[in-house]
Amino acid sequence: MAPKKDTLLDWYRQMVLIRRFEERCAELYQQGLIGGFLHLYIGQEATGVGAVNALREQDHAITAYRDHGLALARGLDPKAVMAEMLGKKTGVSGGKGGSMHLADYDRRFWGGYGIVGGHLPLAAGIALKAKYNEEDEVVLAFMGDGSTNIGYFHEALNLSAVWELPVVWLVENNQYGMGTSVERASGAVEIVNKARAYCCGPNGRGMKEGPRVDGMDVLAVYDAVSEGIEHARKHGPILMESLTYRLEGHSMGDPQRYRTKEEVEQFVANGPIGRFRDYLNEKYKGIDPRLDTIDQDVLDTIDDAVEFAKNSPDPTYDDLISHVYAD
Amino acid sequence: MADRPITIREALSAALREEMHRDERVFIMGEEVGVWGGTYAVTRGFLEEFGEKRVRDTPISEMVIAGAAVGAAMAGLRPVAEIMTINFAFVAMDAIINHAAKIHYMFNGQFNVPLVIRTTTGGGKQLGATHSHAPEVIFAHFPGLYVAVPGTAYDAKGMLKAAIRDDNPVLFVEHSTMLQRRSPVPDDDDFVLPIGKSDIKREGDDVTIVTFGKGLEWSTEAADQLAQEGIEAEIVDLRWLRPLDLEPVFESFKKTNRCVIVEESLPMFNVGAEIAAQLQNELFDYMDAPIKRVAAMDLPLPYNREIELMALPNPQKVINAVKEVL
Ligand SMILES: Cc1ncc(C[n+]2csc(CCOP(=O)(O)OP(=O)(O)O)c2C)c(N)n1
Ligand SMILES: [Mg+2]
Repeated sequence: MAPKKDTLLDWYRQMVLIRRFEERCAELYQQGLIGGFLHLYIGQEATGVGAVNALREQDHAITAYRDHGLALARGLDPKAVMAEMLGKKTGVSGGKGGSMHLADYDRRFWGGYGIVGGHLPLAAGIALKAKYNEEDEVVLAFMGDGSTNIGYFHEALNLSAVWELPVVWLVENNQYGMGTSVERASGAVEIVNKARAYCCGPNGRGMKEGPRVDGMDVLAVYDAVSEGIEHARKHGPILMESLTYRLEGHSMGDPQRYRTKEEVEQFVANGPIGRFRDYLNEKYKGIDPRLDTIDQDVLDTIDDAVEFAKNSPDPTYDDLISHVYAD
Repeated sequence: MADRPITIREALSAALREEMHRDERVFIMGEEVGVWGGTYAVTRGFLEEFGEKRVRDTPISEMVIAGAAVGAAMAGLRPVAEIMTINFAFVAMDAIINHAAKIHYMFNGQFNVPLVIRTTTGGGKQLGATHSHAPEVIFAHFPGLYVAVPGTAYDAKGMLKAAIRDDNPVLFVEHSTMLQRRSPVPDDDDFVLPIGKSDIKREGDDVTIVTFGKGLEWSTEAADQLAQEGIEAEIVDLRWLRPLDLEPVFESFKKTNRCVIVEESLPMFNVGAEIAAQLQNELFDYMDAPIKRVAAMDLPLPYNREIELMALPNPQKVINAVKEVL
């Protein structure tokens, strides 16, 4: 079913929200208000927004440390996300998680995780819960291209194949893990090919090798992940790949010696937001002013979020010592 | 109901079986837990009784055994994951420490991780350097993770049931050479011991022996022999390395003013080091002798039986240490 106009406009809003939110984060980082590591999602918005919007309410999402975009797309309150960036008590993780560890239990957003690949077995476990309880739920597990070379990846994918778990394994192939390109790090350069190692068992059981989608096209990602979710519901796991690009450094302060300015420029020129805006203008004549209004609203949302975060209290000593154990 | 002497193995099986009957969410996963019946036969017959859904054989994949169990626990199930021996838990260290132990805190209490990881520990079986250490203390270093080290069938049953019912992750460490040890255990579905309570296993006025796991056996034998010489040792069995309950140790030390800590861990940075530090801090004025530690020797364990046993603690080493502090 093709998404309606309002839906498409909302996706546009989400993509702009992520972009502007992160640009503001970069400023706040320079000002010393955000500490630690900050991994920007800029350039990958179409992947996150297309994929997350394919989820149904009962489905689950989990990712690595590059998690702001997915958190916002999943509907986490920008105020609480910004407050977490600033380490405030009102943050989604109470100021104890930080940029890499955003989570929201109510939205079935199971978190960002700072250990490469460490969240992949968790995704399998969450999917096992759904299968165990015979619930119609799918887990969408995002990961970087680099994480497909770590042991966790192979064990998690293999188990999901053997146990026929409802997981969509979605590789956000932004072409680099830190400064190491896919070609220099992975035996298979088409990462979806790795699915073949986990297929096929009795009755064709096992990992489906999914598509490599244009991760700069929000509609294409949405369609592919929607199909992936259907497959996972009915038949079990699928590995798919979204071809995207990170326009900023790996994290703040990356000198980016591993790639050329020209390479980055090419992707800037064909960025996902501009492309989607062109598409909307083509499809709905005269929509441009409305898109401008959305742009402005987003800026207001972010101003509010920053204001909220700055005015929020820091966690206290009691917070420091709370939640070490479950009561 | 009457207490029956059963083995630690039977106690563990009974605890698992009862909890699986009590709570649908409890399930078992691990290598060889199903068709094989458990490497140490603890889950023999479980596959037939509970079916494949609840008794899940896994590939040889420790990272995903621990990690998927964490995810399932976060999502509301109550996995009892089995890692064949604690030596293989090193492969799963990241999932256990960075995830099981920290997720509750890191996300500010949003997720609980009601997970039990059962594993076996211990040397003395000529399995060589990679399969023989008793490194449970390493896991007790990290807040957020409970570490259970039962030494009797009674404790094994009551503590495992407590671990399964608790909302925190528990590493449950069973000593592979003690599974046949018998002691009376209540035949009662609701026999559950508290978490983080140590236990006086023997009373005495002359010296406090603090121990756990296999150390309980060495210490008990030593205490029997010492008693023949008129030396009465009090034995405090920690039962849990975390939460660590030192109250009974302090109480005992106030009486005896002497302490020996007995454990199978390596000698540096071990449980004895922690307890000695706490005793001198809390009860310096009660101390009549240096605190002694009995532990394994500071080396990888060898294959040869004679020298392996040489490297491990034994009752004689405990007796010698006691005599040094008297
Ligand atoms: C186990 C582990 N090893 C190394 C790191 C350091 N590290 C953080 S991100 C990263 C690159 C990961 O690349 P990729 O999976 O492609 O994700 P991307 O950053 O491109 O989103 C590395 C090596 C880590 N966090 N965890
Ligand atoms: Mg990458």
